[in-house]
Amino acid sequence: MTPDQPTAIAATGLRKSYGEQTVLDGIDITVPEGTVFALLGPNGAGKTTAVQILSTLIEADGGTVRVAGHDLATDADGIRGAIGVTGQFSAVDNLLTGEENLLLMADLNHLPRAEGRRRTAELLERFDLVDAAEKNPMTYSGGMRRKLDLAMTLVGDPKVIFLDEPTTGLDPRTRRIMWDAIRGLVAGGVTIFLTTQYLEEADELADRIALLDHGHIVAEGTSAELKRLIPGGHIRLEFADPDELDQAARTFAGSTRDDAALALQVPSDGDVNSLRAVLDHLDVASIEVTNLTVHTPDLDDVFLALTGRPTEVRSSAGAGHQSAETTDTAADSTTKETVR
Amino acid sequence: MSTLTLAARDSRTMLRRNMRRWARYPAMTVQLIALPVIMLLMFAFVFGQTLGAGLGGPSAGRGDYIDYLVPGIILMTVSASIQGTAISVAMDMHEGIIARFRTMAISRGAVLTGHVIGSFLQTLVGIAIVIGVAFLIGFRTNANAAEWIATIGLLCLFAIALTWLAVAMGLQAKSVETASNTPTLLVLLPFLGSGFVPADSMPAGLAWFAEYQPFSPVIETVRGLLLGTEIGDNAVLALAWTAVIGLLGYFWALKLFRRPPVR
Ligand SMILES: Nc1ncnc2c1ncn2[C@@H]1O[C@H](COP(=O)(O)OP(=O)(O)OP(=O)(O)O)[C@@H](O)[C@H]1O
Ligand SMILES: [Mg+2]
Repeated sequence: MTPDQPTAIAATGLRKSYGEQTVLDGIDITVPEGTVFALLGPNGAGKTTAVQILSTLIEADGGTVRVAGHDLATDADGIRGAIGVTGQFSAVDNLLTGEENLLLMADLNHLPRAEGRRRTAELLERFDLVDAAEKNPMTYSGGMRRKLDLAMTLVGDPKVIFLDEPTTGLDPRTRRIMWDAIRGLVAGGVTIFLTTQYLEEADELADRIALLDHGHIVAEGTSAELKRLIPGGHIRLEFADPDELDQAARTFAGSTRDDAALALQVPSDGDVNSLRAVLDHLDVASIEVTNLTVHTPDLDDVFLALTGRPTEVRSSAGAGHQSAETTDTAADSTTKETVR
Repeated sequence: MSTLTLAARDSRTMLRRNMRRWARYPAMTVQLIALPVIMLLMFAFVFGQTLGAGLGGPSAGRGDYIDYLVPGIILMTVSASIQGTAISVAMDMHEGIIARFRTMAISRGAVLTGHVIGSFLQTLVGIAIVIGVAFLIGFRTNANAAEWIATIGLLCLFAIALTWLAVAMGLQAKSVETASNTPTLLVLLPFLGSGFVPADSMPAGLAWFAEYQPFSPVIETVRGLLLGTEIGDNAVLALAWTAVIGLLGYFWALKLFRRPPVR
């Protein structure tokens, strides 16, 4: 990401309340052109609300929004002409066939008839819906509906695409198809704003990730930056006998031993340098290690740690911030990679 | 393309969408056109002899009653048809695709215009069928070409006005069921007017209502044009009611449609 890259979505001070309930309490979002931005948050955090505001569907109570160079307040139609939206809830016409739905989109995007037919055929092919083209979407499976929904969004060749939980409820294969489609779009220069419950999805797709909770963005950064926010990464060493374990425990101050498993946890942020340092120490002390695993906190830990303690964590934390203390939440982080 | 061309094109697309939906699920359309035809046959053959006798006049009987009945049935065709409009608008608003339309650069009112034009065409077909059946069972008219044109013109205006009102009712409805109930009053209005029996044959309060409600002047005007009865100020009243209903329905519908969606 270069600093002078044009901005596709810029929102500042976005607020929205429903009655007494404040859903968005002044959030700022910047998405550079051609990148993927993922908005994460627990149920009811306001992800859909944010998408609805940015995609002109509902009005914010405050804040400014620019999408694809158009100002929301003065040129909502300009935004509509540049965006495509696949909402959280299916937005297909249930009385038309899949193909007719796509042709309807072609007409509403004012494509010439032949061009509309060509796009429709191409999208049916791409999303593996050719056999279902003549059928009513009510007879589709959830995954097929989702694919049709996305295909309809793509008919108009939008420059900026909003995807509200695009893969919720999809099987791994269909999820892959969606991910590939999204990657293909980004490769073609499209900007994607997506919300998701799946941290793995944000990890896979997003250039930048923001965590939304209690109306605020509680953390934002790349996947790696976010993971570094959570302490608790460590290298786990396993030994053949207790002597080796004793020796290693003396070598690595601040490590935690697990006598039953003959294992030692050495704090580490999981990068190559710290791994090399540990290996060097083992070498110098000639300690035999039977197994070595690197644990880095994954986004699940970040998610839990940041949204589980709603009042304390308000740091709109930037890159590289790292806390020394270890939290329980992060201690049971899953194994990301295994080094033998 | 200019805004107007785009609006026309989007409305045409939406109209095509509605037509396709009707073609696929014709049950409601058929039912809405069948209702006035059944009413026509029932009133003509079950009640016709008696009601005709009650009308008085030289050759009072079934034939006279059919002539008297037809304008009311035509208006009932209009009101039955717009009941369908309210239902299909309400159904449409509960479809997820409306949210998609709202995020697309399409003419704002196109969704509604598509419904209005579609319903209007549907109403015209209904009226044509009802008039056809009326002729088959012995309806006689002395209307000349000009009077026919005036009749059809008035019916078109009144139908469009009521359709906008029905669109607003459909938008207002919290559910599809409410949408089908609200316009029921409109279907009854021809009964509570001069559609089936003269207003002055009713009890005083009802007669007053029958005389002044919007359907009566339209029915009386159509009756005058087709049968040569006296029109008087009914034509002016009919046009005034049409304008009031149409404008009210139009602005109400637009206001409701601009309201942000609630799910
Ligand atoms: N139209 C509405 N009227 C009243 N409250 C609403 C409305 N829409 C959303 N809310 C409230 O706003 C809050 C945020 O809703 P939103 O749908 O944006 O959450 P979300 O992050 O998308 O959740 P999920 O992950 O479940 O989709 C919720 O508490 C919801 O009840
Ligand atoms: Mg949501």
